[in-house]
Parts: sequence; C-alpha cells; structure tokens
Amino acid sequence: MTTELFEYLLRLGDNSLVLGHRLSEWCGKSPILEEDIAISNTALDFIGQTQLWLGLAATVEGQGRSADDLAMLRDVWDFRNLLLVEQPNGNFGETIMRQYLFDAWHVLLLDGLTRSHHQEISAIAQKVVKEVRYHIERSRDLVIRLGDGTPVSHEKMQIALDRLWPYVGEMFDVDPVEHTLIEQGLIPDTSTLRAAFDAEVLKTFATATLTLPSSNFAHLGGKSGKRHSEHLGHLLTQMQWLQRAYPGATW
Amino acid sequence: MYAQMVTSDPRDETVEGQAFQARIDAGEKIEPRDWMPEGYRKTLIRQIGQHAHSEIVGQLPEGNWITRAPTLERKAILLAKVQDEAGHGLYLYCAAETLGVSRDEMTEMLLDGRMKYSSIFSYPTLTWADMGAVGWLVDGAAIMNQVPLQRTSYGPYARAMIRVCKEESFHQRQGFDIMMKMAKGTPAQKKMAQDALNRFWYPSLMMFGPSDKDSVHSAQSMAWKIKMNTNDELRQKFVDLTVPQAEYLGLTIPDPDLKWNEERGHYDYSEPDWSEFYDVLKGNGPCSVDRIETRKKAWDDGAWVREALMAHSEKQKTKVAAE
Ligand SMILES: [Fe+2]
Ligand SMILES: [Fe+2]
Repeated sequence: MTTELFEYLLRLGDNSLVLGHRLSEWCGKSPILEEDIAISNTALDFIGQTQLWLGLAATVEGQGRSADDLAMLRDVWDFRNLLLVEQPNGNFGETIMRQYLFDAWHVLLLDGLTRSHHQEISAIAQKVVKEVRYHIERSRDLVIRLGDGTPVSHEKMQIALDRLWPYVGEMFDVDPVEHTLIEQGLIPDTSTLRAAFDAEVLKTFATATLTLPSSNFAHLGGKSGKRHSEHLGHLLTQMQWLQRAYPGATW
Repeated sequence: MYAQMVTSDPRDETVEGQAFQARIDAGEKIEPRDWMPEGYRKTLIRQIGQHAHSEIVGQLPEGNWITRAPTLERKAILLAKVQDEAGHGLYLYCAAETLGVSRDEMTEMLLDGRMKYSSIFSYPTLTWADMGAVGWLVDGAAIMNQVPLQRTSYGPYARAMIRVCKEESFHQRQGFDIMMKMAKGTPAQKKMAQDALNRFWYPSLMMFGPSDKDSVHSAQSMAWKIKMNTNDELRQKFVDLTVPQAEYLGLTIPDPDLKWNEERGHYDYSEPDWSEFYDVLKGNGPCSVDRIETRKKAWDDGAWVREALMAHSEKQKTKVAAE
C-alpha cells in the first residue's frame, strides 16, 4: 500500500509542481497586466499544493527526504506528472487551454479526494479544492472569451484544443497503482469522472464556438513515468539547476 | 529613483496658479477633478508613468530567476514578490490615468522610448544572490523615496504610495533574508553574495538620481510636493542605513573611501560613475535593449488576446441590447 500511495502522491505533487512551474514562466510576459497577476496567483496556488502533496509523499515514504528533495533531486524517469502539464506554454491561448483541460479534471478529482479514507489526503483536498474551483472559473471564462472573440483568436484556440486533446485521456486512465488505492477507498475512480468532465467541456466548447476533436486517442506514459515528453527534461534543467550545482547548500 | 530626472514644467504664475500653490503650501491634497496647472499635470504624468513602468520592467530582472529558484518556498516568495510589483504598476497606471492618459498610451510611450524606466532595471541578475541584493538594496532604495511620497500633493499618487510602501518593506526584508542565507552559507554562496553587492552597490546609489547641484528640475517639483526630498538627502540616508547592514552580513561595500564622518554624523562615500548613469538613461545599460525587447514582445504577442477580449465583450453587449 505504501508504495502505491507514495506513487500516487507523487502524481498529485508532480502535476502541481510542473504546471505551477510552467505558469511561473509567464511572469512579466502576459498579454495584460491583470492576467499577469492572475497567472502568477494560480502558479502560487500550485506551488503551495506541491508543498502539501510532496510533503505528504515524503512522510509516507519515510526515507527522510523532504518535499524540496523530491522536487529538486529526482530525474525525469522518477517524475509522475501527466504529459499534459509538461507541454510547453505555447501562446497564451495554449496555456489557457491546457489549464482549462487540467482544471476540469482536477476539480472533479479533488472533490473525490475530499472523501478519501486517508485523513491527510482528505484534509489537503478540502483545502485545495477551494482554490481549484476558482481556477476553473477563470480558465473556462477565458476559453469562452478567446474562443468566441475574433476570427484570429478562435483559430488559435481551436489549434490549441486540437494540439492538447490527445493528452486528456491519460487523466482518466486507471492503472494498477490507482486500482489498489481505489479498492481501499483512498482515491476516487477517475474513470467514473469522465462523464462529468465531458459534460463540462462540451458545454464550454459549444459556448466558445470550438469543435471537439473527433479522435479520443490518448498519449500515455507521464503519470506512470514510463515515457515522458522531451519537454520535461528541459524544464528540470532549469528548475533543479541550483540544487544540483551546489549540493548541500541551504538557501 | 523609480522616477529619475523627470523634466518639470515651469510654475504657473497666473492667479489660479498662485491659488493652487497656496493650497499645496497649506498641505491640501489635489484631487483629479480639481483645477491644476498644465505643468503640474504633465510633470506628474511623466513621474507617475515612469514609476509605473519601472515596476513593470522591474519584474524582468527578478522574473529571470523564478524558474531557477532553489526551493519551493523561495520560488513562492519570489513569485509573490514579482507579482506585487505588477500590482504596484497597476495602482500607478490607475493613478496616472486620473490625469487623462491611458495605460495603453503610456505603454506605447515606454516601448517607443518616449518614456523611461528606472536605470536600475537595466542591470542583469546573474546569480541567486542577486535576488537578495535586489530586494535588500533596490527595494530598500525605493522605500527611501516612496515613504515620503505617501505625503505627496496629488491624492491618487499618495494613496497608491501608501499601498505600495506596505509591500516594499516586506520585499526588503525578504531580500535581506536571502543575503543572510548566502553570506552565512558555503564559500561559493558567500562569494555570490559579495559579487552581487559589488555589482549592485553603485547602480543602487544611482537610483536616487544625480547630485542636487546637477538636478535642474528638483526645485519646481519640490514646490509642488511631488518630490519630497533632494536626491542627495535620500542617497545619504540610504548609505547610512545600509552600511551597518552590510557589516552585519559580513560583506564589504565596494568603496575604499567609505567611512564614518563623526563631524557630519554621516558616512562619507564615493559618488557613482555618473557617465555610466547617463549612458544607461540613454538606453545603453547592459540590459536596456533586452528589457524593452522583452516588453515589446509580450505586448505584441498579446495583441490578439486583448483584441479578442474586447471583441467578445462587444458581442456580449450587442446580445444584451438585442434581447
Ligand atoms: Fe514595487
Ligand atoms: Fe518591491
């Protein structure tokens, strides 16, 4: 149980870590000052969530590692985040689309996790789900406004959706790690959340005048750690550089 | 300072102008709907605009290290700090807008070089210790200037400064905390800390602008109470406050002539190289071109987003009207 639980907590923590990092790359470069502040706010929420999930992962592991050790000293194959969140920011529309697809799943997942039999998981989820409800309100609203904005913005948002849709399936793929934890009542079965997710995104994309891609092909390999994209390694070379270059220093 | 070498328009000698000056002398606040001399308005736009641009361009040297912050906590603190600076920019643009200039117009003026930002943000941040040095010295210097500006004559500017100052002192403490960790850390960290101080000391002194004797516009701005102290006063205050902090950190200020002057009750210090300062203001700072390029790219890349949001809100209005 501990191995699976540790794995799963890494998935939660690494999603927040990698997505928060991606969002932080926007700081100072957003199209509008208010969006710059909002995107940094979201990034800050994710960094906070990372501390909680990786902190709990470290405790569960019991090897004396800290959340920072897990964030800064693991290599690509030990990361357990979804492929979706490691995708590069692209243009502002791609960033918002990636965020919306993630938020639409994340809010359902966290809602399920609030009912976990694991006390700490449930407690963290209860805290985090409030932030995430706000995230989806913002990303949904922006997807609609940019999708149904100008012809140019519409095209960019459709391209973003087509580009990112193949990364949606991984969020609902239940593997042996998750099976074990579902049976113990520790986590929700994400495959049962798909209908609610589809309803959410269909409604939004209809309002945004965007067309859902017809193929449901899904890339896998992020959360299992089997095969990440090439992008993750580059992200880690930046994020981990100081800790790697000056081992043992306190900052 | 964040607003350096702001050209001041001449005073208004008409009857209204004199009545206006009397209000300022009496310590009254000027509000957007009040009559004000054109020179006061134009000078304030230049000053507040430059201040706002400095907050925004100032995001970049620190933003440069967000993705390389050494721990999750440091990353959160730095990101929150840079986000605060964006917020300061926002308050200040709003204050300037009350004077009849839009944020977009001011942005265009920054990007095409008609408006300036503080010289300090044209310097590069090269190591993590620079995040400490910037918070400690740059935010520290900014506070020197901004605290008195809370009493400036223009109401919206004064109120923006009150909000800004609360956050700046927090930034300064966080910067000092990073410096402390570095200065007491490994030999490599200590070397980084000293190097950061070496590079940022004189540029920080330049933030206050040239010496009073060369500062041609100070007198009018001080009469209008949009400048509260002379450049040299503030610079001296900054040096006096910072020297003991450097000593506490065990770092050496890169000025062999720095010494306590018992008679004056102040530290004597060396002037920065003012020719370098003028070069930076002309756009020849080490990062001047990069900074404006980055801002311009953000502005240009974001054009479709701004247009889309406007188009969407127009569509919504039409829909509501049709219903
Ligand atoms: Fe600021
Ligand atoms: Fe600041």
